[in-house]
Amino acid sequence: MNMSLLSTEILTAVLACGLLILCLLSPNKEKHRGIGYATLFGLLAILVTTFFQYGINETTFHELWIHDDYSVFMKELFLVAAILVTLSSIDFVDTLPRFRSEYYSLIVFAALGMMVMASANDLVTIYVGMELMTITFFVLVAYVLGNGRSSEAGVKYLLLGAASSAVLLFGMSLLYGLTGTTVIPEMMSKLHWSPALVIAVVTLIAGFGFKISAVPFHMWSPDIYEGAPTPITGYLAVASKAAGFAVLVRVFIDGLPLQNGVDWLTVMSVLAGITMVIGNVVAIPQTNIKRMLAYSSVAQAGYLLVGLMSADAAGVKGILFYAMLYVVANMGAFAVAIVVAKELGTEEIPDYAGLAIRQPLLASVMTISLLSLAGIPPLAGFVGKLYLFSAIMDKGVLWPAFVGFVMSMVSVYYYLNVALYMWRDEPKDNRPIHVPGAIKFTVLFAMVATVFFGIYPGPLAEVATMAAKSLF
Amino acid sequence: MGFPLLTIALLAPIIGALVLVFIPKDEHKIVKAISAFVMAISLGLTLVAYFGYDFAKGGMQFTEDIVWVKELGVTYAMGVDGISLPMLLLTNLIGFSAVFASWNVEKRPKTFFILLLLLIAGVMGTFIARDLFIFFLFYEVVVIPLYIMVIIWGSSKRVTKEYAGMKLTIYLLIGSAFLLVGLIAIYLNAYPVGQRTFMIDKLSAASYSEPFQIFAFALLAVGFGSLLSMFPFHSWSPDGYAGAPTAVSMIHAGVLKKIGGYGLIRVGLLALPLGAKFWAPVIAFLAVCNVAYAAMIALAQKDLKYVIGYSSVSHMGYVLIGLAALNVIGINGAVANMFAHGVMSALFFSMIGYVYEKTHTRYIPDLGGLAHQMPRVAIGFMMAGMASLGLPGLVSFIPEFTIFVGSFAVYPTMAIIAIAGIIITALYTLRALANVLFGPRRPEFDHYPDAKGPEMVPLLVLGSVLVLGGIFPHLILDMVNSGVEPLVSAMMAKLGAAATIGGGF
Repeated sequence: MNMSLLSTEILTAVLACGLLILCLLSPNKEKHRGIGYATLFGLLAILVTTFFQYGINETTFHELWIHDDYSVFMKELFLVAAILVTLSSIDFVDTLPRFRSEYYSLIVFAALGMMVMASANDLVTIYVGMELMTITFFVLVAYVLGNGRSSEAGVKYLLLGAASSAVLLFGMSLLYGLTGTTVIPEMMSKLHWSPALVIAVVTLIAGFGFKISAVPFHMWSPDIYEGAPTPITGYLAVASKAAGFAVLVRVFIDGLPLQNGVDWLTVMSVLAGITMVIGNVVAIPQTNIKRMLAYSSVAQAGYLLVGLMSADAAGVKGILFYAMLYVVANMGAFAVAIVVAKELGTEEIPDYAGLAIRQPLLASVMTISLLSLAGIPPLAGFVGKLYLFSAIMDKGVLWPAFVGFVMSMVSVYYYLNVALYMWRDEPKDNRPIHVPGAIKFTVLFAMVATVFFGIYPGPLAEVATMAAKSLF
Repeated sequence: MGFPLLTIALLAPIIGALVLVFIPKDEHKIVKAISAFVMAISLGLTLVAYFGYDFAKGGMQFTEDIVWVKELGVTYAMGVDGISLPMLLLTNLIGFSAVFASWNVEKRPKTFFILLLLLIAGVMGTFIARDLFIFFLFYEVVVIPLYIMVIIWGSSKRVTKEYAGMKLTIYLLIGSAFLLVGLIAIYLNAYPVGQRTFMIDKLSAASYSEPFQIFAFALLAVGFGSLLSMFPFHSWSPDGYAGAPTAVSMIHAGVLKKIGGYGLIRVGLLALPLGAKFWAPVIAFLAVCNVAYAAMIALAQKDLKYVIGYSSVSHMGYVLIGLAALNVIGINGAVANMFAHGVMSALFFSMIGYVYEKTHTRYIPDLGGLAHQMPRVAIGFMMAGMASLGLPGLVSFIPEFTIFVGSFAVYPTMAIIAIAGIIITALYTLRALANVLFGPRRPEFDHYPDAKGPEMVPLLVLGSVLVLGGIFPHLILDMVNSGVEPLVSAMMAKLGAAATIGGGF
């Protein structure tokens, strides 16, 4: 047993518990901004340690736990997301009536759950990590006490999340019944085509599809995105989805055979196709920024699924690269939405009118983030799509690239619609909008990273390639 | 690597835009002065490159190579040859003029000039990139500033500016989606994993199977063709120009759509000759549709910008038919005509912009006799109009003539129809000019001043190029020929002799 392979998780767990203790120690009436910053620096320190963990490819606890470059990359992604969420939450938490300090601890616990998912080499471990993440999210989504929409979203997420977990667990139990093992790589050789395997694969896809909000398992996301507190919506949109992909990729590529098994690639292709189309088309009529971003995140899940279709290192590398950019771009957009919601008290897109005059920084970040999601060069989203789609084209399959690129151009329509209001219209009043320091840092980071990795994707792409190779 | 002339020319507007970010937004004059200054740097460096180009050596010059993304095979490779230099010069001539044509922008000038400089830098980058990835990057950079400029500073006449901006953007982007699939397919097919590269010259040197070439060229033709307003993908062009502010119309009609023709030559013809040969008759046919159909529609227009918008669609037909001839003469003519049309249409749009700015109308029946009040503007109009109908002595005569010579050998019937298109061009251009400029003096225009000071710059710069290019056509044609001939001859060698007589009816 090599406990050092768990060092990131242990540190994160210590941080989360430490924050809880800190909450108990500090008086309830304080604003607890300090705990926010403690979370921030704790997470940053953990992020730094992960950079030294590349190159270790080992398993421990009788194969239950795997530490490879792939899991390290994913953990870094979750940490980046958690850091950006913490930064954009600090001012939001001030407005909460009670339980301010526990909020941060929950964010860290959710990140811990995701990390466990990324490193899980075994179905039960996956389930434990996933439940840790999901249950934390139930709480976070309903965090605004006395707000009907937040509570409603929490209850909805609880019911649907529990149902999807049950479906997933059913699929996992079938796999165990068929193979006598829960260790993912061991299942590969023991699985053969049988009706039970078909059911197992279908239920697994449904369970994971819920987490990544792929069509037709996406119905929950607009309502819950809209009702949840905005920083949590961002967290849910980027980190929870990436965690879903982390396990989806590992289970399907390492555990489920294509020869003699079930042809899950075809199912994934169909899902990817309809997810790209429906996500983008339904996003067009949305007028609420969070609902629009919800459908856009559905569409993004479709692009990411294309990476899984090629089922090789190039495709997984595309997924990793794109997921990282998706985190950055989405957090940029959500951070702007947080400020606008706080200062203008609205989430409706037409109310963004004149933002370019009142606060050019926010308008620029929003425009750049959205266009990166649309995949317009020279922003990072374009390079990500290039990796994803060239991987599948290299296999001689062209249609996903056609659908993907044409749908991303369709997505420009609704993304630019936001830009239209921000840039064209005169503001209703000319008061400049105050941007808190933490948010300013978040949006600047999002903007710089989006532009930088779009123009110079080399460094990130190399890390992603290395991480993807460790899976094969 | 010597002095990075092209990179500096490219970065000047970008750095200018960055500087503008920090200028207080009320200091209009400084914003404009900085924009003019950085564009003067780019223009100056371009002129140095243009006249410093070594004909004896030929090929790509002023090259810069920096490995950019190693695993993808992307190189930050800049360089210019006889095809890209005229386009680069055109970009900077128009960019420089566009700054002055926007001298009177009073609404949020800081944002306007930041976006304008980014737009110009984007266009410039496409013409000097020798790497397909970098080329595409710059090609789509223009989308963002373009859209925002149309929706803020555009004008709503027959269609709203929001509609025009979105139409422009969506056409450009959907076209580029097809283009992108085609480009990636070329990239993946050219070399096996490990040796892959986006360098255009290496991609041209690779061999592709004939079915693949036909397939990929079709994608490229849709992508670049919709940018070049090839029939039936042209309908964005008149609406877009009408909705856009003057500077955007100038840059878009003048250079941006030329990226389509440039890309079709640089990537389409040179890398995929068999595909080009297969599709050339179709393109020639569509080109004739462009010429004839758009000219007919231009006849019926009452809005000046629509007249020029449709006229630009019609002129692009000449470019396409020159390309489709697939011989050195035709392609020479096509490239030279892109230059000529760029100068001419930019001058036209800047003059229309001036008149619209003063009188707030572009509706031809509302205007008249403007030569009385605005003699200088009238000169600009006349020069652009005469160039548009191909008057000898102005820049566009020789290129059009060359195109007809080149294409007549291959598609005699279609060349004759295209030549006949000139008559319609003369008809609508002269009629529009006569109705706007001449006739009795109208007292309601008496208080509008003529162009003066900075407003004269577009007229002076573009007008003198118009005349110089007409009197000394070799200045452009020699340059173009030095770029086209070696590349196209190599392509012909690949095709075999059959290509020159292929197609044809």
